[in-house]
Amino acid sequence: MPQMNIVQAVNNALREEMRRDDRVVILGEDVGRNGGVFRCTEGLIDEFPDRVFDTPLAEGGIIGTAIGMALYGLRPVPEIQFLDFIYSAFDQIVSEAAKMRYRSGGQYTVPMVIRTPYGGGIKGGHYHSQSTEAYFCHTPGLKVVVPSTPYDTKGLLTSAIRDPDPVMFLEPKKIYRAFRDEVPEGDLTVPLGKAAVRREGKDVSLFAWGYMTHVCLEAAKRAAEKGWECDVVDLRTLVPFDIDAVLDSVKKTGRAVVVYEAAKTGGFGAEISAQIAERAIEYLRSPILRVAGFDTPFPYTLEDVYMPNADRVFAAIQKAMSF
Amino acid sequence: MGDLLRVIRDDGHADPTADPKLSKDEVLALYRFMVLERTLDNRMLSLQRQGRIGFYGPSLGQEAAIVGAAFAMEPRDWIFPQYREPGAALVRGMPLKELIAQFFGNALDPIHGRQMPCHYVYRAGNFMSISSVVGSQIPLAVGAAWAATIRKDPVASLVYFGDGGTSTADFHTGMNFAGVFKAPVVFLCNNNQWAISVPVRRQTASETIAQKAVAYGFDGVRVDGMDALAVVAAVREAQRKAHAGGGPTLVEAVTYRLGPHSSSDDPTRYRDDKEVEAWRRHDPIDVLRTHLSAKGLWDAEAEKQLAQQLDDAITEAVHAVEAAPPPSLELLFTDVYAEMPWLRRLRGGRS
Repeated sequence: MPQMNIVQAVNNALREEMRRDDRVVILGEDVGRNGGVFRCTEGLIDEFPDRVFDTPLAEGGIIGTAIGMALYGLRPVPEIQFLDFIYSAFDQIVSEAAKMRYRSGGQYTVPMVIRTPYGGGIKGGHYHSQSTEAYFCHTPGLKVVVPSTPYDTKGLLTSAIRDPDPVMFLEPKKIYRAFRDEVPEGDLTVPLGKAAVRREGKDVSLFAWGYMTHVCLEAAKRAAEKGWECDVVDLRTLVPFDIDAVLDSVKKTGRAVVVYEAAKTGGFGAEISAQIAERAIEYLRSPILRVAGFDTPFPYTLEDVYMPNADRVFAAIQKAMSF
Repeated sequence: MGDLLRVIRDDGHADPTADPKLSKDEVLALYRFMVLERTLDNRMLSLQRQGRIGFYGPSLGQEAAIVGAAFAMEPRDWIFPQYREPGAALVRGMPLKELIAQFFGNALDPIHGRQMPCHYVYRAGNFMSISSVVGSQIPLAVGAAWAATIRKDPVASLVYFGDGGTSTADFHTGMNFAGVFKAPVVFLCNNNQWAISVPVRRQTASETIAQKAVAYGFDGVRVDGMDALAVVAAVREAQRKAHAGGGPTLVEAVTYRLGPHSSSDDPTRYRDDKEVEAWRRHDPIDVLRTHLSAKGLWDAEAEKQLAQQLDDAITEAVHAVEAAPPPSLELLFTDVYAEMPWLRRLRGGRS
C-alpha cells in the first residue's frame, strides 16, 4: 500500500475524483502550472487541462464563480491559498453558498468543497496561521471538516466532494508533510460526521481536531507516565460533530479537556464544552477545561507560546485529575 | 461612449437601423409583460400599505429594462436577478400565483416563507434565487456561464444589478473573471440613478457605467432604458455574441426609479419631485405604447381590455393564495442540508 503524506493524499483524492466524475473542476490561485503553493494540485493540470484553472487573484471571485459552477451542475473544488485570505469571499460563502438550498426551497444547491490550509506553526504571522473554523461552524448550511492524518485526508476529501452540500475542508498545514500513512489507492471514503478515537483511556477525555490531535497524543503519552490514561478523540468533522463519540468518552472518563488553536473566546471548543455541560454534566468529576490560543491576533515570533502544546495540555490534564 | 442607443423615435416609429424587428406577437407580449409588472407593483404596494404583505420593492420606471432584457434572452439562458425583477420571472413563465404566494410567505410559497417578499426563485425557468446583498449575484452568473463553456453547452447568463451594484467588489471580480475567461455573460446594469438615497454620481466618477467594460477587455453599450426595443436590441446582440463565443458584454440601461426603493423608503427625503416628473414624461410603458399605436397595433379599447384582464388575473391570484395558512413548522428545518445533521436539529428547550 502506498505511503502518503497529507499533501499527497489531497492530490490523490482530487485526481481520483476527477477521473471518476467529469463534473469535478479545480480553480484557485497558482493551482495550475505551479500545482498550488503547497503542491496539493501538482500535476492535475497535465491530466485535466480543461478542468484545472488558475484564476485572477481574488478570493471573492474564486468562491463566487465556483458557486455559480455548482449551481450549474458542476462539482467545483476551489482552493483558497490560506484560510487567512478567505474573508473577501466570506459573503459568498455565508450568504450565497450556505443559504442557497434553504432560500430556494431546495430548487438550487451548491455541492462545492472549499479546500484551504489553516493553522499555525509555520512561522507565518497573522495572515498565514489562523484557525478561524468557528466563523464557518456558526453558519447553518455549511459543513466543516478537518483531517489530521493522510488516510483521513483522502477519505474525508472524497466524501466531501461527493457530498451534496457546501463543505469547508480545512487542511492542517503544519503537518502537511510531517509524516506518512498507508493510504490505499482507489476508492476510499471516510464518512463525514464521525470522530476517531486515537487513543483509549479511562481517566481524561481530550477533544481536538487537525494538528491539535497530535499535540493531545503527545500530552497523553506524558500523562501515561504519571499513570493517567487519556481518551483522545479526533473530531475530524466539526459540523456536524460526532456528539455520540464525545458523550461516550466523557461518560467513561468524567473529565473533559477541549484543545483548539483558535482564539479561546467563541472558538468551536466552546461549543463542544457547552454540549458536554448540557448533556453530560452529571458524569463530570472536574470542570470542563479548554486549552486554546490566546485572545490576541496570531503572533509571529512567539507563535510557539500562542499555540497550545503538549505542556499546556498536560497541565490541563493535571488540573482535571487533581480537582 | 456617451451615445445612447434609442430605437423608438418621438413619433413612435422605430429607427430602422436599430430596430430589433420583433414580430407583432412578440412586441405585444413585451408590452403585456411590462404592464403586468406595473399592475402587479401597484397592487402589491397597496397590499403592503394595507398590512396584507410585509414589504415590497416596486420596479416603477424600469419595466422596459427588466422585461426587455429577459425577453431578449433564450429560455435556456440563465437569469441572475438583483431583487427588482418580477417582470423577468414572469417572462420566464413563473406562475403569477407562485410569485404572489412568495410575497405572502405562506404555505403556498414555493420557498416556504423563508425569505422576505421580492426574493422569489423559479428553477423551471432558469431564474436564480435572490439574495438581498447587492452585487453578490454577479460572480455567480459568471461562474454558471463559465461552467456552461466547460460543459460545451450553448447557454449564457443574464445578470441584473443597479448603479449601486457597480460599486461592489463583486462587480469588479465578476467583470474581471468574465473578461479573463471569456464567459458568455450579459451584464445588465439598470442605472436607475439612485441607490436608495445616494445618486449615481456618488457611486462612480466614470462618465458612464458602460465605459467600465473597456477596462475589463470587452464591450460596454449604453441604451435608453426607457425604450424597450432599444434594450431588446442591445441585449439580443450581446446574447448572440455570447453564444458565438465572443464573451461578455456590459449593457447599461439608463433608466429611472420613479417610485421608492421599497415600501420602507420615502424618496421625498432626498430627491426633487421636479426630477421625478421630468423622467415620468419618458415612462417606458408610454414609450412602447406610442410605438404600438404608431404601428396601428393598439388603441384605447385594447388598453382598457388589457388593464382589466391583468387586474382580474392579479385579483384572482391574490384571492387564491392569501387565505393559505403559514408554512408548517417542519419546513423551518428542511433544506438546510440535503439531510439534516443532528447538530442543527436542536429546536431550543430540551435537546
